[in-house]
Amino acid sequence: MPPDAGRAAEKVARQSYGKLIAFLAARSRDVPAAEDALSEALASALRVWPERGIPGNPEAWLLVAARRNLMQATRHRTVEAKAQTTILIAFEEAEERMNEAGKAVFPDERLKLLFACTHPAIESSVHTALMLQTVLGIEARTIARTFVVSPDTMSQRLVRAKAKIRDAGIPFAVPPRPALPGRLAAVLSAIYAGYGLGWDGLDGEEERHSLAGEAIWLGRALLAVLPDEPEAIGLLSLMLHCEARRNARRDSDGRYVPLDEQDTAAWNTIMIAEADSLLRKAGSFNRFGPFQCQAAIQSVHAARRLSGKTDWQALTTLYAALVMMKPTLGAHVSQAAVIGRALNAAAGLKRLDQLDPRAVASYQPYWAVRAFLLSQAGDDTAAADAYMTAIGLSDSPAVRDFLAGRLKEARL
Amino acid sequence: MQYALIIREAAEDFERRSDPAYRDGWVAYSKALAQAGIMTGGAGLTGPETGTIVRRKGGEHDVQDGPYPEGKEQLGGFYLIDVPDIDTALEWATRVPISDKGSVEVRPRLQM
Repeated sequence: MPPDAGRAAEKVARQSYGKLIAFLAARSRDVPAAEDALSEALASALRVWPERGIPGNPEAWLLVAARRNLMQATRHRTVEAKAQTTILIAFEEAEERMNEAGKAVFPDERLKLLFACTHPAIESSVHTALMLQTVLGIEARTIARTFVVSPDTMSQRLVRAKAKIRDAGIPFAVPPRPALPGRLAAVLSAIYAGYGLGWDGLDGEEERHSLAGEAIWLGRALLAVLPDEPEAIGLLSLMLHCEARRNARRDSDGRYVPLDEQDTAAWNTIMIAEADSLLRKAGSFNRFGPFQCQAAIQSVHAARRLSGKTDWQALTTLYAALVMMKPTLGAHVSQAAVIGRALNAAAGLKRLDQLDPRAVASYQPYWAVRAFLLSQAGDDTAAADAYMTAIGLSDSPAVRDFLAGRLKEARL
Repeated sequence: MQYALIIREAAEDFERRSDPAYRDGWVAYSKALAQAGIMTGGAGLTGPETGTIVRRKGGEHDVQDGPYPEGKEQLGGFYLIDVPDIDTALEWATRVPISDKGSVEVRPRLQM
């Protein structure tokens, strides 16, 4: 089977798995039990489907396989009696649903699972990892690698979070209207963080790259259920804008290319068109938010393919709005960078100087921007110094080499 | 908490130490560590061929020239850093400018 078909089989397997976990967990409130019941079935699906093709009813296939495993486990008394009863009841309900006449499509309750994973009672630092594991069935080992933590640590965190879902009685439901904006923000952040992990994994890491695709897919799934939430639309627009430029981020020799020097011919115009149309749709709701703002920023960058130049003035305005809504360190540093381009380097540097020195000490983008602005301002000695710090803080060889090239220019 | 970032390098890496493209990454990294105020110790070591090994055999000491031949990676040096937790230590480990053939081991310091 060609690799594309293998990927397709994997995608369907993960989607069906997510749907079943969501269904079973929503009824048993027991994510680990649902996972235990399905993990072997998913593993067989990932092994068998790419070879023999995707079954006509993937959810039914997984359910039958899982049921068989569960029966075996029961015989071996490896499953705790109480957990086993609740999960079995959920299984029966799932089977009933599957057999109901006229219900060809298994209910998709993954959104409920997303809201459970990003509940405020769960520490926000595990939201993304929990979402990747429960909704997409990605192994803890893989997740640990993308987060750069040890596999044991990641497993422990996930186990703790899932126990909390069960023991604290965290609901599996889309929150009611009044609570939705706040809760939705956590879901969007977790998806975007998942995308960011995939975005960073560019240097020959297929595994991480596929995470970006999964995040976009989750963004689409979210939109299918909540079509009138402008921030959810904004997030998808933002991810598509970034994804459209993936191939332009490295030149043919694998060297890092900064955004304003990328060859616009290498951008994916279809994705950009979709991203822009989503952004317009989000705007029609008249409820502006940080994700729409970030998508608008990317849209301004994307417009260079038509106008041939970057509208730094428009970017200045958008970043002013962004730091007001979401004053993250990253937003502040980017704002200083665009001010440095729109006005002059000195104005950008002045902005950087206003940031908390302790917060920026080990923040690589700060030093890269600072170095660039210093060299623009003609202070090559200070620029070289800042480039050295930026290189020392980089975790990507391609970025390190790019900055080393800039450093060399500053030293000339 | 203190962690050692133990750097292992391949033979090619040791040969490239005078190459600015390789060396400058290490200078920059050491500078970034110092600037963050978390470096509490460490040292770069000369190549394994400069090593001399002392072993005890019963009551005698046996002195041998050179490194262990086994293993593609050899100890290149280490950093000792003081950071709040293992996650921060791992974050710094990802920034170590090792080549594709090198490695960084993160190990907590023995508390005495």
